Amino acid sequence: MTATDPLLVFDAVTRAYGEVLAVAGVSCAIESGSLVALVGASGSGKSTLLKMVNTLVEPTGGVVLFGGEDVTTLPPARLRRRVGYVFQGIGLFPHMSVAENIAIGPRLTGEKLAGERINALLELVELEPAMATRMPDELSGGQRQRVGVARALAGGPELLLMDEPFGALDPLTRDALGTKVRELHERLGLTTVMVTHDMAEALLLADRVLVMDGGHLVADETPRALLAGAGGDIAQGLFAVPRQQAERLAALESLGETPH
Amino acid sequence: MGDIWEILPGLGDKLAAHVVLSASAIGLAMLIALPMAVWASRSPTVSRIALGLASLVQTIPALALLALFFPLLLSLRSVFGEGLPTLGFLPALMALTLYALLPILRNAVTAQANLDPEILEAADGVGMTKWQKLTLVEAPLSAPFIMAGIRTASVWTIGAATLATTIGQPSLGDPIFAGLQTQNWALVLAGCLASAGLALAADNLLWVIEVGLAKRSRWMTFGGIAVVLAGIFAALWAQGAGSDERRIVIASKQFSEQYILAKLIGSRLEAAGYVVEYRDGLGSAVVHSAVASSSIDISVDYTGTIWTNYLNRDDNPGREAMYETIRDWEWRENGVRVLGRLGFENAYAFAMRQDRAAELGVTSLDDLAVVAPQLTVGGDPEFFERPEWVAVRDAYGLRFADNRNFAPTFMYNALQSGEADVISAYTSDGRIAADKLVVLDDPEGALPSYDAMLMLSPRIADDAGVIAALQPLIGAISVEAMREANLAVDREDEAKLTPRAAAAELAEKVGL
Repeated sequence: MTATDPLLVFDAVTRAYGEVLAVAGVSCAIESGSLVALVGASGSGKSTLLKMVNTLVEPTGGVVLFGGEDVTTLPPARLRRRVGYVFQGIGLFPHMSVAENIAIGPRLTGEKLAGERINALLELVELEPAMATRMPDELSGGQRQRVGVARALAGGPELLLMDEPFGALDPLTRDALGTKVRELHERLGLTTVMVTHDMAEALLLADRVLVMDGGHLVADETPRALLAGAGGDIAQGLFAVPRQQAERLAALESLGETPH
Repeated sequence: MGDIWEILPGLGDKLAAHVVLSASAIGLAMLIALPMAVWASRSPTVSRIALGLASLVQTIPALALLALFFPLLLSLRSVFGEGLPTLGFLPALMALTLYALLPILRNAVTAQANLDPEILEAADGVGMTKWQKLTLVEAPLSAPFIMAGIRTASVWTIGAATLATTIGQPSLGDPIFAGLQTQNWALVLAGCLASAGLALAADNLLWVIEVGLAKRSRWMTFGGIAVVLAGIFAALWAQGAGSDERRIVIASKQFSEQYILAKLIGSRLEAAGYVVEYRDGLGSAVVHSAVASSSIDISVDYTGTIWTNYLNRDDNPGREAMYETIRDWEWRENGVRVLGRLGFENAYAFAMRQDRAAELGVTSLDDLAVVAPQLTVGGDPEFFERPEWVAVRDAYGLRFADNRNFAPTFMYNALQSGEADVISAYTSDGRIAADKLVVLDDPEGALPSYDAMLMLSPRIADDAGVIAALQPLIGAISVEAMREANLAVDREDEAKLTPRAAAAELAEKVGL
């Protein structure tokens, strides 16, 4: 497989809940090594689409191919060990220490993660090795999500899925962790799909931005193209808020400088 | 009530039996309820049915539930053979297990339903199989709540296990039932204190385990489990230590005469070198089958009881013919040896206060029928279900204003206080003389005779030593002697005797 081969392919994927189509026929391919942001308003179907990759949600139509194989034909437990998963709820196991949480994926296959490996993973997400023995409820929200990222990376995944990973964090932590994830993505040569409702975050971190609305894929652009006005009304509508904020901040800054 | 402190140390073997029974029932209930809870958490239908059934069981009074297992096991003998025990440990275990299911099941199902869905999604997300999810996430997170359910079940079970006495399983209910019958309140309190103490101890120990699980303190969890296990093993050891040889088991039903006669029989056998064991306070209905199946070796039963309940006869061929028919039937059908009649009758008879009888002009059941519509009749809890009552009612056309049930002991008090105008008394009861009651004549001969008979189970039916030791009792006990002994146990003044002392006095009186 060369660097440009698609690692992940959505082929006319749909997901219906009764009469409601959460995902209404999405087709696209994601190249190995790319960081793709999946953006849209609440209820646009972006999380559902992501969860069909590791079969937490099963498609009602179409197929999801991971490395060329239909994900629904793979044993779910084995599939999910090849796919790191980070989500908004973080979902650290409250009865396990930080080290046990990080080591859980390999433990499921009977592999014991060495202490140095856990320390290295903690270091990767900029946490002290002393954190290893702490319980999740002793950590701050940002620290917890760092542990969540370390856990997702512990099995050496080919693909990293992130479902609103920074949604519950304060802006400073959010920014620091976003930058960290981008850095890890490059350092570890990952393929990453990140769901977010924050267009600014998507533009700053991703190589490519997919925009969803009402279960449909309505835009598929690079951040540069979106900045230049491409992607249609819905994508531009999502982009309008951060753009206006940035303009107002810039105006405020130039005003503040004039009295001198 | 200082006696309590003398009685308590003697309850060791009852305590051990109580612990073993309760622990077995809770253990078995856990084995059933926990897998069922897992299944229920995967299927709302199973959850509804399982919780519904467990709740239904809970609505049955524990005493009835225990008693129901006797006929059930009896009918199962056609499948599992005659070796299936119908009394004692097995039915008690089954009934208490059913009783313990609900709290464990309900807490386990609730705990699973309340698990954080994000944690469960994370378990799937990291690639857990269903089994890994159950053992690594669901079970440890539900454990404190499940433990709370086990705690509730334990307190209930330890309380309900006192009722196992009535189906022949030794427990801390033995002193309670014996004491209630003989109005020995120290004995009742000692039994209650011991079982309440046991329930409190279990509750606290299990609480330590629950907190240990919630705080993830291994020290507390495993420490608590170790102490619980130590207690159960100590009880098992204590129980096993004394029971390496088969003893002769003597039954008594739930009234004083039976306690006294059991002790009289026991003391004679002990003097002859046998080891005996008492099963006190059995329900009247279970004693006959227990002897027939050799779960119990010796009982004292009454001709009228066997005649109507087991031969299903409602005719009255006369006292001698009735006895001989029963003796032959028992030997032929059950292999039970009727060693002989003790010499007195304990028949049902209708009794009234002297002043009340004079006032209404009642001396016989014929007279009673005329005034019955204005009167309240009192009977023991089974009386109004018995064929004797039906026979008398129909023979004389008795229609009372009200039928009330009383425990035998309280029936006489009810008569004194006027809560009942006439009661179904027993002819050997000491209180007939003590309370100067009038026993009404039975001109139609509607009430059958109730000769007390000594019954030997098939296991010891041909044991020459037993027969030799008990033969002197045959024909030796007059109704006056029996009344006096009964009164000695039932009275509430300083002259009150324990059944054992009354038995010794009775033996002396009749020249044994």
